[in-house]
Amino acid sequence: MTEKERELLLLIEKEGRMSAEKLAKMLDLQLNEIKQMLHQLESRNVILGYSAIIDWTKAVGTEIVTAMIDVKVTPQRGRGFDEVAERIYRFNEVKACYLMSGTYDLSVVIEGRTMSEIANFVSEKLSTLESVISTTTHFRLKQYKHDGIIFVDEDGADPRIVVSP
Amino acid sequence: MTNVKNTHDVHLSKAVERIEPSGIRRFFDLASSMDNIISLGVGEPDYTTPWNVREASIHSLEKGLTSYTANAGLLELREAISVYMESRFQTAYDPEEEIIVTVGASEGLDIALRAVVDPGDEILVVEPCFVSYAPLVSLAGGVPIPVPTSMENNFQVNVEAIKERLTPKTKAIMLSFPNNPTGAVMGREELAKVAALVQEHDLVVFSDEIYAELSYDEEHVSTAALDGMWERTILISGFSKSFAMTGWRVGYVCAPAVYARAMLKIHQYAMMCASTMAQYAALEAMKNGRADMEEMVASYRQRRNYFVKSLREAGLSCHSPGGAFYAFPSIRSTGLTSEEFAEKLLIEQRVAVVPGHVFGDGGEGHVRCSYAASMKQLEEAVDRIAAFVKNYQN
Repeated sequence: MTEKERELLLLIEKEGRMSAEKLAKMLDLQLNEIKQMLHQLESRNVILGYSAIIDWTKAVGTEIVTAMIDVKVTPQRGRGFDEVAERIYRFNEVKACYLMSGTYDLSVVIEGRTMSEIANFVSEKLSTLESVISTTTHFRLKQYKHDGIIFVDEDGADPRIVVSP
Repeated sequence: MTNVKNTHDVHLSKAVERIEPSGIRRFFDLASSMDNIISLGVGEPDYTTPWNVREASIHSLEKGLTSYTANAGLLELREAISVYMESRFQTAYDPEEEIIVTVGASEGLDIALRAVVDPGDEILVVEPCFVSYAPLVSLAGGVPIPVPTSMENNFQVNVEAIKERLTPKTKAIMLSFPNNPTGAVMGREELAKVAALVQEHDLVVFSDEIYAELSYDEEHVSTAALDGMWERTILISGFSKSFAMTGWRVGYVCAPAVYARAMLKIHQYAMMCASTMAQYAALEAMKNGRADMEEMVASYRQRRNYFVKSLREAGLSCHSPGGAFYAFPSIRSTGLTSEEFAEKLLIEQRVAVVPGHVFGDGGEGHVRCSYAASMKQLEEAVDRIAAFVKNYQN
């Protein structure tokens, strides 16, 4: 990976909608170079998608409940944790799934419209998997920061004086 | 309440009466009186000091570390500065004898000048430059002699221009690269030519390297690192620009012990020491601030690229500023003076830039635009500048 590719990734990770023209100017490259670079990064599956980070609490009528579930599992012979992880991350409700070190094995992030929807998912889908030994569900109460973005409304005013030496 | 007429005659020093208030002041007053402006007039980072640095200062307060430090500053901080200077810029300084922590680089400049300058000494000041240089030379009793630079020469100082201004009274030269307001940098080769002349004429160099980390296209070359220059260079730097710590007022001077001892005398009588809590913050910045700084530098470089290209597209010719966070485009094509340009741009388009002449006569025909502003602000500012320039170029 080149330094410019890394720089490009850092920029679009922060703001995925930045136009290719703007990226080209910021990285001091030609427009076609940027387009080609993006295309290559996409085809190499380095860029997996472009998504918006949304504060759903502000979108009226669209409240979402998020839970983080610690899952203990029995690893499968030959495939370790991968097989059971795959059975879990395939569910649409699962937004993230990580293999963890420590007191439990998988960390699973679930989103649903209501708490009971999540409770149903855990009791009917997740806990009933043969390899799953136990689950501990934590409901998220408030989101302060996600993916490096702070969700608390901050005063965006520039505190600097208008002209300084 | 009675009004008592003040019969006291005002007695001001001639040195103070001779110097003018900063030209930036008038423009600040004008810009401050208006609402909804995009300011590219700010000479400081648009980042808040990284949290770990702020937290270190809070921790020092909690521990009650509120007394004076040694006059020269916390030894631990000086040691960290010493390691930093050697590893980053190949300039070694003894933390006990050759480094003084000051109240911002501003105080560093002041004590450096006062330690060296005798009344009547001529000090060459490479212009355009930071607004304080010439007044500080005057306040120290010296005579500032401007050495102009030009956009045609990428605002690098030219040896011939220095030669023309040398007299038997010339004692020192003030260099500042990367430069405020031009963003110019000097490479090793160009700097070596100046260094040879400086040695030939036995001058002292005040080298303000506060923007050293903000060098985008090539590694910064410190004046003190050149052959034969360490012994005659007083290097001034600080935390404000590279670590986003302007309000903390922590800077430092590095110089051979004979100069450092002289500067320490002035510093200890005038300041005692820099603020203790700010020194602990600076220490944290030195120890663990590198990653945040590099991220900020990368972002300035991207914004520099974007902004300078956009200015050129808007019809203003602009050299490529290799450092600091300023673009210094020529506004001559509009037929306006820098003062008129800045004032009209502010009133008509609500964008604040600083007229170039406040940085010395050589700055006329240019304006300083700081790109330490958000991309959103820069995009909007560029659109407005383009509309403005189009109007005046017709």
